[in-house]
Amino acid sequence: MDTTMLFAQFQKKIDQDIKIEPQDWMPDEYRKTLIRQISQHAHSEVVGMLPEGNWITRAPSLRRKAILLAKVQDEAGHGLYLYSAAETLGITRDEMYQQLHSGKAKYSSIFNYPTISWADMGAIGWLVDGAAIMNQVPLSRCSYGPYARAMVRICKEESFHQRQGFEILLTLSKGTKAQRKICQDAINRWWWPSLMMFGPTDNDSPHTAQSMLWKIKRFTNDELRQKFVDVCAEQVKFLGMTLPDKDLKWNEERQHYDFGPINWEEFWNVVKGNGPCNKERLATRVQAWEDGAWVRDAALAYEEKKAVRQYRYDAENENTKMPVS
Amino acid sequence: MLTLIRKYFYGDYGEIENGAPPAPPSREWPLWEVFIRSKQGLDHKHVGSLHATDAAMAIENARDVYTRRMEGVSIWVVESRHIHASNPDEAEALYDPANDKIYRHPTFYQLPDELKYM
Repeated sequence: MDTTMLFAQFQKKIDQDIKIEPQDWMPDEYRKTLIRQISQHAHSEVVGMLPEGNWITRAPSLRRKAILLAKVQDEAGHGLYLYSAAETLGITRDEMYQQLHSGKAKYSSIFNYPTISWADMGAIGWLVDGAAIMNQVPLSRCSYGPYARAMVRICKEESFHQRQGFEILLTLSKGTKAQRKICQDAINRWWWPSLMMFGPTDNDSPHTAQSMLWKIKRFTNDELRQKFVDVCAEQVKFLGMTLPDKDLKWNEERQHYDFGPINWEEFWNVVKGNGPCNKERLATRVQAWEDGAWVRDAALAYEEKKAVRQYRYDAENENTKMPVS
Repeated sequence: MLTLIRKYFYGDYGEIENGAPPAPPSREWPLWEVFIRSKQGLDHKHVGSLHATDAAMAIENARDVYTRRMEGVSIWVVESRHIHASNPDEAEALYDPANDKIYRHPTFYQLPDELKYM
């Protein structure tokens, strides 16, 4: 069968909304795009644990601490769902770690910003997880089966993340003057980076068209960003706070909120590795990997020892075993 | 890219390509497939995969990764290399015997509407 026909069959399946599964034929580019996107997504979940891990020991109550622990554990789980989805495309877990640790693979730039107050836990839940949900819900209908299924599970769990974040901010917003101040401050710092999470504008996003044709993406970056702005502009009213954008205004004609220009220079700067915490985040990951090496080796050595023992035992008992009837 | 897609992973059809999967090139922990019974009375269903050195570790990891919200009452794990699957390229031939036997379905039979309880 020549590849033109395979390509045609593949696209026909996609057009009919038939999922692509690991063993099915797929174009190399589709495979590569998915490996890149899913592994970056997995890395983002894993690195995403770090800014919040920062506050586990300093959570203001046992309730908040238990919640934050559960949330961070979820992020680890999400990373694992996604790594295993990427592995079905033929890349190994170690290769993906290697790409992350060497700096070759990217993760979401949002995690390169510091978490300097407790209110940041609220803002991350509301805005960062909110933006993630906006991105992820359409991904649960993505054309690649294992990715779509992982996203379904993730989306179910993300909802708790966003709600607990908003609850933190709501509590702070009803608190003392100082609490209201850190609440507004956290919103001010996380708002723009959250908008950047949707990626470059459609004009500067060369892969979008192909990804939409393959139904990896269902909406463009700008469409999702607009949706997010519309939702948040209403939600922020419940907090009695403001979003840090003087151009934010309801546009009756468009039936959407207009919003101010995004600082793309900052975005690309953080992507290139010059954000406030890029080095620290990566160094923490690499150290965790290296510090865990003896555990990985010991577990393998133990397994090998058990296998050898079992082999000897089987060999010795071969003649004395009861016949299986 | 060719070396990448030679790796065995779930749903791959090792048997067709002649025999057991090659030894893992790295010191990576083996891959396991996880199946969860969500409640008593239902089948175990595939939920995903994970790495572990033995079955006991695979079950514990599966508990942490796939049942943080009481999603299961029973877990099965099996090393991915032991899974054999049908080849999607041969699906047409494989399912051909069932393809023309619509008389196996109850709707094939035209019976009077007045006939009750059937």
